[in-house]
Amino acid sequence: MTFFKADGLAINFGGIKAVDGVTFEVKKGEIFTIIGPNGAGKTTIFNLVSRIYEASEGKLVFEDRDITRTPPHQIAKLGIARTFQNIELFEHATLLQNLLLARHAHKKSGFFGELLFTPGVRKMELEHREAVEKVIDFLDIQQYRDTYIVNLPYGVRKVTELARALCTDPKLLLLDEPSSGLNVEETADMAFWIQDIKNLLGVTVLMVEHDMSLVSAVSDRVLALNYGRMLAQGTAQEVQTHPEVVRAYLGG
Amino acid sequence: MRFFFKTDYVQDIRLFRDKVDTFWYALLGLAVIALPLVLIALEEDYFIGEITWVFIYGICGLSLMVLVGFTGLVSLGHAAFLGIGAYAHAYFIQHGVPFSGAIVLAIIITTLAGILVGLPALRMTGIYLAIATLAFAIIIQEVFSRWESVTHGFAGMPVEKATVLGFSFEDDTAFYYLCLFFLVLALWLTKNLLRSPTGRAWIAIRDSEIAAQSMGVNLALYKTMAFAYSAGLMGMAGALFAHKIAYLAPDIFTVILSIQLLLLVIVGGLGSLHGAIFGAIFVALLPPTIAILRDYLPEAISRQPGLEAGIFGLILVLVILFEPLGIYGRWMKIKLYFSMFPMYKRATFKRQKSYMKSERLR
Ligand SMILES: Nc1ncnc2c1ncn2[C@@H]1O[C@H](COP(=O)(O)OP(=O)(O)OP(=O)(O)O)[C@@H](O)[C@H]1O
Ligand SMILES: [Mg+2]
Repeated sequence: MTFFKADGLAINFGGIKAVDGVTFEVKKGEIFTIIGPNGAGKTTIFNLVSRIYEASEGKLVFEDRDITRTPPHQIAKLGIARTFQNIELFEHATLLQNLLLARHAHKKSGFFGELLFTPGVRKMELEHREAVEKVIDFLDIQQYRDTYIVNLPYGVRKVTELARALCTDPKLLLLDEPSSGLNVEETADMAFWIQDIKNLLGVTVLMVEHDMSLVSAVSDRVLALNYGRMLAQGTAQEVQTHPEVVRAYLGG
Repeated sequence: MRFFFKTDYVQDIRLFRDKVDTFWYALLGLAVIALPLVLIALEEDYFIGEITWVFIYGICGLSLMVLVGFTGLVSLGHAAFLGIGAYAHAYFIQHGVPFSGAIVLAIIITTLAGILVGLPALRMTGIYLAIATLAFAIIIQEVFSRWESVTHGFAGMPVEKATVLGFSFEDDTAFYYLCLFFLVLALWLTKNLLRSPTGRAWIAIRDSEIAAQSMGVNLALYKTMAFAYSAGLMGMAGALFAHKIAYLAPDIFTVILSIQLLLLVIVGGLGSLHGAIFGAIFVALLPPTIAILRDYLPEAISRQPGLEAGIFGLILVLVILFEPLGIYGRWMKIKLYFSMFPMYKRATFKRQKSYMKSERLR
């Protein structure tokens, strides 16, 4: 069975080939990391996978299902969740509301039931709340539950993004630079959480990351990218020492 | 100072937060119910009619609050929905449909109109959407004046007093309670949606469309739903409006009214149900207040034409400059001031410095 596969993925913006024939496969249960210099096309790959961008070429497969043309709002329901590099939280809502929204893909209530707030809707709401509370406990953010996002410090927002993605009950989790903007201590926490997500929750992780110590610590396999093209694939050690990768980072 | 200890998930989905809140809202409810009796005793019956306007505008406020304050879509054409609701209701009443049937039909028709406007509006945001809804309102106003077989055009359309199940609401006090009933109903329904997945999806769309989408929210569906629900509420308000104003003419439902309704939610405070009600109180009670003040003002000022519009505009500018959260924001601060007294610090509501947010993903 193919868990996740990108096959010959490509997209152009005007003249720029932001992603150009990228092929990789993520196996169930691993942590797969994409690295590359700024503008390499890493975030664009995430946007292609979450179907915000339309691929001009190539194919996306998730659990043997072709998702190249799936509408973006159905991606979460299939079991793919993501975080955003530039934090896209619902700022004028509380942390709790942000996490509850992530249960949207599991919503079963209809409009008229909600309009009357029937006992069925109430029960569903409590079930969503229980699922959300598990994630809150897992990431230790109880004290911020009722705080509005605008009033949260950057580090907590980063964790909230992770929490929100987890609340969708994903099978595949896309993390776009989980450590960017975090201090050393927070980055270490993040590394533990990512490992726990894989080991305790059994979620497969596809990650974009610049911090090479974090990459080496958690990744099973690494893909290096430059100008939208694949440079190398292998373990963190192999990729880091690959001559083409070294050249790309040194700007040669 | 009061602390909230949460011991149960149910506490977060209740209508009222706790016993203390429930008590205050019950007290407010009693006061609103008793008010006409007090006014009659004081021989100030005139105000009963004025406060009825607060209830009708309150429903309008809820309608726009859902669309603008919670979903983040701006409409400059809501007077059109009010008009469609009013004309539809009046038309059915005229053709012998009983009140309850007529108001339900009026709500259904405005809801359909809302869907119709919502669909092309899906691809638009901000100023473009505002202009599209404005154009819609102008077209509808034209329809009101031309479609004479239904609306009687500029000749106008008289609306008889409401009669529900044989009981006449001719009396101002009776109509006051009828409007109060519909306002409470609208508040309850809207609050229900806001504590359910649909309300959260609306808030999510307002704050980040891209994230909402990635969490499974169908943007097109929920934006259309916001338009439809908002229009439906406007239809409900329109039916009551028709009875209240007693005579419908196309030049009531102007762009100016649309703008006034939009300002209502801005002055009241975007993003809260309280704001809709505060805004309605402001919009409905400002004209009679100015009328009273006129007697005490020097003649040079009180005789000025456009005094009302001027004061309205001035207050609006002041609110936007000094209290972006509207009257509701001010109310929260006053409440906190008294509950913390004497330890209130001014900085409590100062927003912590936000970091830069790139727009690149959009
Ligand atoms: N919507 C868009 N329109 C036009 N160009 C875009 C768009 N999105 C991305 N690009 C371009 O595609 C290229 C890859 O961008 P991308 O955001 O994927 O880089 P990245 O690898 O995530 O970089 P960083 O490390 O800075 O996050 C860049 O040249 C960028 O300018
Ligand atoms: Mg990026």
